[in-house]
Amino acid sequence: MRMTGAQALIKSLEMKDVEVIFGLPGGAILPVYDPILDSSIRHILVRHEQGAGHMAEGYAHVTGRPGVAMVTSGPGATNIVTPLADAAMDSIPIVVITGQVPTGAIGTDAFQECPITGVTMDITKHNWLITDAQDIPRVIAEAFKVATTGRPGPVLVDLPKDISNAQMEWYWPDDSELDLPGYHPATTGDPQAVLEAARLVLAARRPVIYAGGGILKARASEELKELAERTGIPVVTTLMARGSFPDSHPLALGMPGMHGNYTAVTAMQRSDLLLALGSRFDDRVTGKVGAFAPDAKVVHVDVDPAELGKVRRADVQIAGDARNVIVELLEALSSLGLGSSARRAGGSSTTAAESSLGRCDWSRAEAAPDSQAASRPDLKPWHAQIREWQEKFPLSYNQEEGGALKPQFVVETLRDMTPDDTIVAAGVGQHQMWASQFWKFDYPNTWVNSGGAGTMGFAVPAAIGAKVGRPEKMVWAIDGDGCFQMTAQELVTASAERIPVKIAILNNAYLGMVRQWQELFYEERYSEVYLSPDLPDYVKWAEAMGAVGMRVDSAEEVAPAIEKANGIDDRPVVIDFRTDAFEKVYPMVPAGASNDDIIVGPTEGEGGR
Amino acid sequence: MTAPMPGRHHIVFALVENKAGVLARVAGLFSRRGFNIYSLAVAPTDDERFSRITIVVDVESAPLEQIVRQLDKLVNVVEIAELAPEDATERELLLTTVRATPTERGQVIQLVGVFEGTIVDVGLDAMTIMLAGPPSKIDDFEALMKPFGIMQLQRTGRVALPKLVRRATRLRALPEIEQYEGGGV
Repeated sequence: MRMTGAQALIKSLEMKDVEVIFGLPGGAILPVYDPILDSSIRHILVRHEQGAGHMAEGYAHVTGRPGVAMVTSGPGATNIVTPLADAAMDSIPIVVITGQVPTGAIGTDAFQECPITGVTMDITKHNWLITDAQDIPRVIAEAFKVATTGRPGPVLVDLPKDISNAQMEWYWPDDSELDLPGYHPATTGDPQAVLEAARLVLAARRPVIYAGGGILKARASEELKELAERTGIPVVTTLMARGSFPDSHPLALGMPGMHGNYTAVTAMQRSDLLLALGSRFDDRVTGKVGAFAPDAKVVHVDVDPAELGKVRRADVQIAGDARNVIVELLEALSSLGLGSSARRAGGSSTTAAESSLGRCDWSRAEAAPDSQAASRPDLKPWHAQIREWQEKFPLSYNQEEGGALKPQFVVETLRDMTPDDTIVAAGVGQHQMWASQFWKFDYPNTWVNSGGAGTMGFAVPAAIGAKVGRPEKMVWAIDGDGCFQMTAQELVTASAERIPVKIAILNNAYLGMVRQWQELFYEERYSEVYLSPDLPDYVKWAEAMGAVGMRVDSAEEVAPAIEKANGIDDRPVVIDFRTDAFEKVYPMVPAGASNDDIIVGPTEGEGGR
Repeated sequence: MTAPMPGRHHIVFALVENKAGVLARVAGLFSRRGFNIYSLAVAPTDDERFSRITIVVDVESAPLEQIVRQLDKLVNVVEIAELAPEDATERELLLTTVRATPTERGQVIQLVGVFEGTIVDVGLDAMTIMLAGPPSKIDDFEALMKPFGIMQLQRTGRVALPKLVRRATRLRALPEIEQYEGGGV
């Protein structure tokens, strides 16, 4: 069947079961926009190409399927560079199609020409410049394979205008016809290494599972839970892994790192075994690397071999998909005598949520007699220590009656007034940390944020993409006022496309995280961080974009506003929460400091000045 | 690029797809990750689909394992192997134009003879010399030519192959390329 390259591109996307494209047309991509009219694929017209990229990311975050964005050449392409960098840092599978000037004009500085494959070489998992229309189906199939397998990531396909206009003979390649001779993603772990890891698990007295975003990418939440329950090992979930292990579980320690809770941070510091599953020892988790978990042996499992030992030397390195390796590890534990999960030795029938660490025995599954598991150290003292930390150093804030509205109070109220499986998107900064700290994530793929890149402005478009991917779920963005101003125009897209996302702006009139650092580390010399609470007028702005706008000044107005917002399902809602500008994110490990130097609250250490 | 120092350099071979932009990806990876390169040589192989890149890397700028694994992650890198210098047969080619007035010409010719080089061009007061050999020999020759006055000099960067007797134990090769049977469209 003869068709144009443009038709072949759209047909290829249909073959990959793409249901939605986020995009914005322009000259070089024009030919591809014509067959979209005849396609079953929904196209969502964004107002800025960055929005298309983040929407594709939000869609991928919540569905686990690749998000697709399509933009034109030159500035259209460079506007989507930030989402590509963001997706590369957080291993989010997105496929970006860019138009390019005709092949004959490439290199001549033609109108809207930009060498986007060169620009994005280091921030995509791979990219392609198509020079023959006959290659289109194969390259699209390759692009999806590379984006979604192994360690997922963003890919870009650059399509010159003459190629999309050229005729080609349609075909659809099967996997063996792809031209990827150098692409062999890791799958299962080395059995010897897995057995060694299992031995370390059974020898540890103070083990911690350090779960990263790889758990979500590998869809390994169930397996992680089985591993934690069978071994009784407590679990920290990194910023990228929130939701991969239920926060309501007695073994859940919550988020570690620079703004992690005291128990998660300190449990890692004191541990004698870190079981790193799909995590990468990011500097925001480790603090000063040389002082990080000094007594811990490390088992490092990651699908990307280059992560193993990159930051911290690992005693056992296992390259493999997190789910496969956890299953292998469970089998290895069985072979060493640690049988299937006995949720608690007492055999009581309380649910996981009702029991808690220290009150029941999570540390002993059925250990076969005379096996290595039978001589396993008792984890009860470790559980008791953890429970003591949890009781002594909970996350805290103080919402005074009639006092300034605390951002944490807004987050907690929102959490309590929304369904448990609500999807939460965040931008970057204080509001993001409060959301991650105070939300209870009990379901995988319900937390959408920009972790590695720290992209301000991520929340609004990402929430829109998430709602498109999971229309049946409630989607809230918790955003900052600084972030909101970067990408708010995509609410026009949401209104036009009837995508009812809800935005809670924690409006403290500052670039709050920068302000916090200037307060703590620059002697309160505030440089270029003040934004004003009233400029812009968020309510009017929301209304101008076709959304419902509300403003909340005090604690008692919070619940009614959220209730009203929850009832609106035909358009976006924006609530401008006027929050306390002086509130800071605690706990905090100062940048470059040891995690032992964690500052728990404003009355301690530098925070108390 | 600076001169390799003993104990600090290592040789990495990458078999890469012969496609546009592959060299840029490899070079870009080194600059992005802060890995230092002493030299880099690219050449076609007997299979037109692939090229061979030989890179001499500074293993003090980053652990060798990290360099190899990051390179291996590039989609266009088909196969990668690394080799300690003592296990490699390394060769390099030098082309240099040296000042050689009629009175000095004899001395230069003599040295070229000792080093088994070739005089490839002769001018009134200069000569162009070609010399191939182990990098240390090239270094020595270059030092000896300096007093005459080096007008131009080019070195290719090293190419290397594993020493045959130790190949089995030291070359860390990934799956054989013959296994690849994909062919695209």
